[in-house]
Order: sequence, then structure tokens, then C-alpha cells
Amino acid sequence: MDNLFLLILTPIIGALFLLFVCQHAIAKKAALILSLITLGLTVPFICQFDASGDFNYEQSYPWIAALGVNFHIGIDGISLPLLVLTNVLVPLIVLTTFRKPFKGNFYALMFFMQSGLMLVFSALDAFTFYVGWEVALIPIYFICALWGDGDRIRVNLKFFIYTFLGSLLMLVAILYLHQQVATNDFEWHSFVSLDLDAVTQRWIFWAFFIAFAIKIPIFPFHTWQPNTYTHAPAAGTMLLAGIMLKMGVYGLMRWLLPVVPEAAASYGQLVMILCVFAVVYASIIAIQQQDTKRVIAYSSIAHVGLISAGVFAWNITGLSGAMMQMVNHGISVVGLFFVLDIIQDRTGSRDLRNLGGIAKKAPRLALVFLIIIMGAIGLPLTNGFIGEFLLLKGIYEYGVWYAVFGGLTLILAAVYMLRLYQKTMLGTTSERTENFSDIAGVELYTLVIISALIIYLGIFPNSLLHISSASVSILATFLGR
Amino acid sequence: MGAIITLSILALLVLYLGLFKANKALLPVSIVGLLVVVGLLVRDWTVEANPLYNGMILFDHYAIAFSVLCTVVTILVLVLSKGYFTSSSDHVAEYYTLLLFSLLGAVLVNSYHNLALLFLGIEIMSVALYILVGIRKKDLASNEAALKYFIMGAFSTGFLLFGITLLYGASGSFDLEEIKHYVVDHPDQVSPLFYGGVLLMMIGLIFKVGAAPFHFWTADVYDGAPILITSFMSTVVKIASFAGLLRLFTFSLLPLQDFWTPIFLGVVVLTLFIGNLSALMQSSFKRMLVYSSISHAGYLLFAVVAAGPDSANAVFVYGAAYSLATLTAFAGLILVKRTIGSDHFESFNGLAKKNPYLAAVMTIAMLSLAGIPLTAGFIGKFMMFSAVMEQYHIVLLLIAVLNAAIAVYYYLKVVVAMYFRTGEDKPVAINGNYVFLFVVTTVLTILIGVYPNCLMQLI
Repeated sequence: MDNLFLLILTPIIGALFLLFVCQHAIAKKAALILSLITLGLTVPFICQFDASGDFNYEQSYPWIAALGVNFHIGIDGISLPLLVLTNVLVPLIVLTTFRKPFKGNFYALMFFMQSGLMLVFSALDAFTFYVGWEVALIPIYFICALWGDGDRIRVNLKFFIYTFLGSLLMLVAILYLHQQVATNDFEWHSFVSLDLDAVTQRWIFWAFFIAFAIKIPIFPFHTWQPNTYTHAPAAGTMLLAGIMLKMGVYGLMRWLLPVVPEAAASYGQLVMILCVFAVVYASIIAIQQQDTKRVIAYSSIAHVGLISAGVFAWNITGLSGAMMQMVNHGISVVGLFFVLDIIQDRTGSRDLRNLGGIAKKAPRLALVFLIIIMGAIGLPLTNGFIGEFLLLKGIYEYGVWYAVFGGLTLILAAVYMLRLYQKTMLGTTSERTENFSDIAGVELYTLVIISALIIYLGIFPNSLLHISSASVSILATFLGR
Repeated sequence: MGAIITLSILALLVLYLGLFKANKALLPVSIVGLLVVVGLLVRDWTVEANPLYNGMILFDHYAIAFSVLCTVVTILVLVLSKGYFTSSSDHVAEYYTLLLFSLLGAVLVNSYHNLALLFLGIEIMSVALYILVGIRKKDLASNEAALKYFIMGAFSTGFLLFGITLLYGASGSFDLEEIKHYVVDHPDQVSPLFYGGVLLMMIGLIFKVGAAPFHFWTADVYDGAPILITSFMSTVVKIASFAGLLRLFTFSLLPLQDFWTPIFLGVVVLTLFIGNLSALMQSSFKRMLVYSSISHAGYLLFAVVAAGPDSANAVFVYGAAYSLATLTAFAGLILVKRTIGSDHFESFNGLAKKNPYLAAVMTIAMLSLAGIPLTAGFIGKFMMFSAVMEQYHIVLLLIAVLNAAIAVYYYLKVVVAMYFRTGEDKPVAINGNYVFLFVVTTVLTILIGVYPNCLMQLI
């Protein structure tokens, strides 16, 4: 069973099932089973994957003949890790919601989003890509605005309009490229083989870049992010930070670099400066936050800043590092937000000043939290180490000073992460943490799985790197064109 | 041709039914009659199109497609009318008759081949509407709307008629074909009279489609009219007026493109900004829809600005998508207004809890109006955008993008109200007809959004 289209369709069927058939009482279990089915269906794709750099499992159907749109999908070494990441994280996120009173509609929205994400990661037709891009956006808007807290309505509207505006700019670029293609289609292959002049490349670059930069978010397009992350429900934040921002980085790698290589090379320096600046800037802000979620929100800006810098360094090392780190960041961030959510549920607070001493009351939680934090900091033998090492090496190859400032991320991350750990887990217990009960059952299993993934990828990074290496090398060759 | 005759007879028949107090038969007879009209129109599809009656009228694919669209939308409007008209008047037959006559005018506008018939069609369409807008005799807003519409409409007709006269003066004919020949044969020496005529006709037609800067009547008229009449005006009448405008400019006046394109470009930019920014400020859902309908006129004008072989299809798809979503929105508004008594955004508060399906349907309509993928509205916008892109009006496209982002804000206001706010705990009653309409419009919206092939190369 290796029909990619059916794989993308599976969550939609699951979503419809949850919406119309499944009763609320068993919605959670049904959602878990459905997400595991999707994960199970992903396994053949991994096992039979041919990592030679070509697109595997390609499928193309005529879709809108009048416009030259084909439903063309396929995956290569850049798509597959993200596709798998999506399908691994969704069941994990479902598990993290087991303590919450969510009903079928919540999971249905999640599954709709999952399909959209898979479509984004596998589309080889720009129209299809755009559809997936938007289809992923609508459910997350509803998830965040329906189940969020605080000023969620205004915050999410800002998020939606920001990303929608970005998408529309991308649409303009896609339409323009479509006009240039002699075969009158939206195929990725046609787009990358276009020979555009420098001026055209420049504005296409900006149209694409702004769309992706908003999603990632790259400084200074990040202003929607901290508030949206803070006010979204935990699962929504996990979806946003764990998977959705990878759409943006993936977009850079799939649609920006190969299509407008010259402009990307000439603006590369500017983007690098933005990214590296964001690393330092966001880290410093993260150090000063009292709200646990905001710490991670800003740390996320710093991390993706480094990832984007690795992409724009545009050498094999940097790109491999970006691939690796995208997966790592997805796993770590889900773990982090889950732990913080557990703390918030039990203490009713996200404020670091109210917390402390949890390790005494909940040693198991403290241990897994430590593992996840180590992964996020990039300690050797955790997944983060390999990713950051490759990223920094790639950035170093691009320019020493970028690497020097980018490298600050290691130190600053250690500062804010350890501060987070210290203020929550260590020290004396406070009023709110006095009766903290340790994790057990579903919570424990979920966090153990996440920790295991972190350590596994730390020890065997090659299991991921060998999948992406050929495709990444091909991507790197676009620079020399 | 059978369609026009059937439609006229149907309208008279309905009037007589009213005379004999057969009120229960009005709706079924009208709908069956309109279905026959659709059948007659579709039958002509394969027939080779020739101008009929001394070149007065032409039922080509263009005319048939737009007429079928108008008729189908009218049927959907009539479906909603059950129980709606009786609540405000005893003389229900008038409503049906006037709507049918207005539709007749719309069909004439879709299929004219002679400017005299364009004028006739527009008048038949409008005069019926002047009455319908003011049909609530005791409602001051309705009266004001009718008076405003009548006076403004008469003015615009004056412009249109004067324009037609000047075109006739220069070219010696009312016939579209002849006018085209005149322009093609005299490429460098088109009479100044002719240009004057084109300008005046533009004014008249821009008036009718409700685009800026001649949009001032729309807000008050649409707002003052009964919601059902508003939904008819903002769909059927708008589409027909566009079909009429498009035919004139892309068929007869195409060689003069360099003359009128810049003017339309200005109109488009103005319309988009005025429509969207005004819609942004509204606190009433109905007025928001009204202003957004102005902005949609702007998007529809893209097809004229980028006049080409695909323009007709683009207008058709956009018109269909827009009509489906607008009908849903107005139908939802009728239901909510009946329960809560107000057409403000707040009256939608908490609707998702009370009527989840109604809220879902309204959400899909709003997403379609905003142009989100997998809804019909996106395909419409996509076609418009790509038409403009083909002509390299990139600045225009960027303006459109900015406007689309503004629009998404006010469309989401309804969604926000329905899902994220809490309101009165009165469930909204929905009867069978509305369910039917919602099912039809929503299924079609998604169907066209996912698989638009069937519509896109129709004309």
C-alpha cells in the first residue's frame, strides 16, 4: 500500500468520520486510532523509499484542465522526513490532549490540517501546493480561536490576516511564473527550469519569501507569533510550532531556492543577517520572559532563525542541518509544550514566579523534562546536537561571522532553557506546586516516546540524514546554475 | 427564444393566479415555469446561434450560460420566498410577477444583439425592481430606498440612452455587429461622437453594476430593500448587468481597448478600495454584504480590464460562485434576523452552539466570498487574477491582494461572532426550504471549488 494520494486522503476521511459519525464519548480513542492508522500507512513509504534524490511515489492527475492545473504529488528526501514528522507528531499531539475535554470536532480540524500539511509537503504542482497551504491554515485558525484563552480572537485574527496576506503574495508569484511557462502548467519541474532574468527573479523572490517568512516566522515578520503561541491551546501551539512552521522552511527549500536561485543568492546575505539577528534578539527576549509559553515561543523564533540561516547558507551541510533540525525542533517543541501544559494544568499558572520545586514532587516529570531540554539545548547524544552542529558548520562555510553570532544560540539557549528548568523544577516548592502529582499513564507514555525519539535521533542521526542527503545535494547544485 | 416567451407568459399567469386568490399555487407554478425556462435555454445549447428578429437578440453560448445562471439563482431566491412575502403583504402575486419580469429583463440583457434591446432589457429589469424595493409601503427605509433607486436609476438610464444615441449617430446602427464593423473599418477616424457615446454608456453601465464612483445608491437601496429583494438584486441583476457590459466592451468595442481600459482600471481600483474599506467599517452584517458586493463588482471588472477570450468564463464562474455564497449569506441573515430582530454582527453571536450546521454553512459561504481554496470563490478569484496577470497589470494585482486581505477581516467577523462569542440562547428555526437552499448552495460551492472543470470552459 503505497498510494500517496490515499495517504493524504486518510485523515480527511477520519475527520469526516469524527464530525458526523463518532460520538463524543469515544472521540478521543477514535482520533488516536485514526491517527495511528495514518502513521501505519506511512510506514511503507519509509521502508520502500529510494533515496537517490528522485521523486518517489509520483502521481499526477489532470485537475483543472482549463487552467493547466494537475494534481501532481510525489516525495523526495526533503519531503519524506517532514511527511513522517507530521504523521508521527499528530498521534503524539492527540495523546497530549487525552486529559482535556476536547470533542470530535477538535480532532476533525486537526486531521483536516494534517491532510493540508501532507499536501504541502508532497505537492509538485504550485496550485496544489497553494491549496494545501491554505487548507492547513483554516483549521488551525479555528483550533486556536475556539479553544484558546485570553485575547484569542484578536490575536488569531492578526495571525490569520498576516498569513493570508503572505499567501496571496505567493499566489501572485505563482501566477506570474505560470505565465512564463511555455507548457501552460503549474508544475514544479516547469518552474525550476524557467530561465528568469535578474529583475523578475528579485520580485518573485520577495513575493515567495514574505509568504514563507511570515509562516516560519523570520524576523521581522514574526510579530504575530508570540501572542498566537501563548493564547492558543497547547495542542494548537504544538501543531503551529511542531509542524506548521516547517511549511515555511520547506517552502524555502522546495519553491524559493530552486526557482529563483540568483535572487536567493544575492539576497542571501540580507536574509542571513535577519536570521542571525533574530537568533540573538529572540534569545535575549526569551531569557527575560516570565510566562513559560512565551519562553518557548521566543526560543522557537531563535531556533527557526538558525534553521533558516542554514537553508540560506545553501551548502550541503547547512541544508542537511536544516532538515535534521526541522525534525528535531518539531519533536522537542511538542515535548516542551506538553510539559508546560501539564504544569499549567496542575498549578493553574504559567508564571515562572509562581512555580518551582516540582522536581521534588514529580521526579519522573523532571527527568523527561530534562531530556527534552537537553535536546533543545543541543547536548551531544541528543537530537539537537547533530542538527545544530551541521547548521553551524554550514553557516561557517558561508561566513565566519554569521557562525559566530549564530553560535551564540548554543549559549543563550542554555541560559533560557536552564533558567526555565531551574525556575520550574528546582528550588523550593511554592503554594501552587506543593500538591503537584507526578505524571503517570498516558502522560508518562507520551513523554517517554518523545524522550526516546530525542535520544534515538541523537545516537543514530544517519537514519534521517541518509534519506535527505541525495535530495539536499541536488538542491545545492541549483546554486551553481 | 422560447425562454423569453415562456417567461413573459409565466409572469402574466402568476399575476392572474393572484387575481383569483390562488396564493398557494404561486410558488410551485413559478418554479415549474422557471424550470421549463431552464430546459428551453439548455435545449438551444447545441443549436447554431444566429441573431433573431432582425438581429435583435442572439442566443449563443454566452447568453444561454448567463441566462441559465440567472434563472437558477432566481429559482433559489423563490425557494426562500415561501412565507417571506406573506408576512409583509397580502398581495403576494405581485412579488412573483415582478421578480419574473425582472428576470425577463435580465435574460434580455444577457442576450441582446442590438443596443435598443439592451436598453429595453435594462428598463424591464429595473422598473420591476423600483417597485420591489419599495414594496413595504409602510416601511420608511424601504420607501426611501425605492425613491433613491428610482431617481438614480432614471438618471443612469438617461446616460445610457444618450450614449446609445451617440453611438448610433456615429456608426449609423444599433447592431453590435455593425458597430464593431464601424470601429474596425475606421481605426484612425472614429468620430469623437463615438467616444462620447462610449463614455456615457460606461457611466450608465457602471451605475447598473454598482461600481465606484457611481455606487452611492447601492448601500442605501440594498439596505432599505427587503432582504430577499436585496439578494436578488445583488446576484441576478448584478450578473446580468455584467454580462451586458462585458458583451458590449469585449465584442463591439474591443478595438478601442486602449481608450477605455485606463478608465476601467481607475474604476476598479476605486471600487475595490471604497467597497472594502466601507465594508470594514460596518457594524451591520447586511450593510457589510452590500459594500462587499461593491468590492466584488471591482473583481468582476477585472475581466473587462483584461478583456480576452477567457473573460466571459471568468465572469461566469465568479458570478456563479459569488451568487451561491451571497444567497447563503442572505438566507442566513433572514433566519437570524427573524429570531433576534437585528441584522448586526452581534445577532450572530453564539450561533455555532445553537445551530452548528447553519454556522458551518455560513462559514463556508464567508470563506468562499473571501476566496479561500477549495471553495468556488477561490476559483473565481483565481481566474480573475490570472486574467489580469496575463495582461501584466501587476500593480493592479497587488492592489487586489491587499484588498483580499482586508476583505478576509470583515468576512471573518461573522465567523468570529458565530463561533467565538456567546449570545442569546434562542435557537434559530430553519424550515425545509432553507435547508434545501443551504444544501444546494453549499454543495455547489464546494463542488465548484474542488472540481471546477465543468464550468470553466463552458462559454
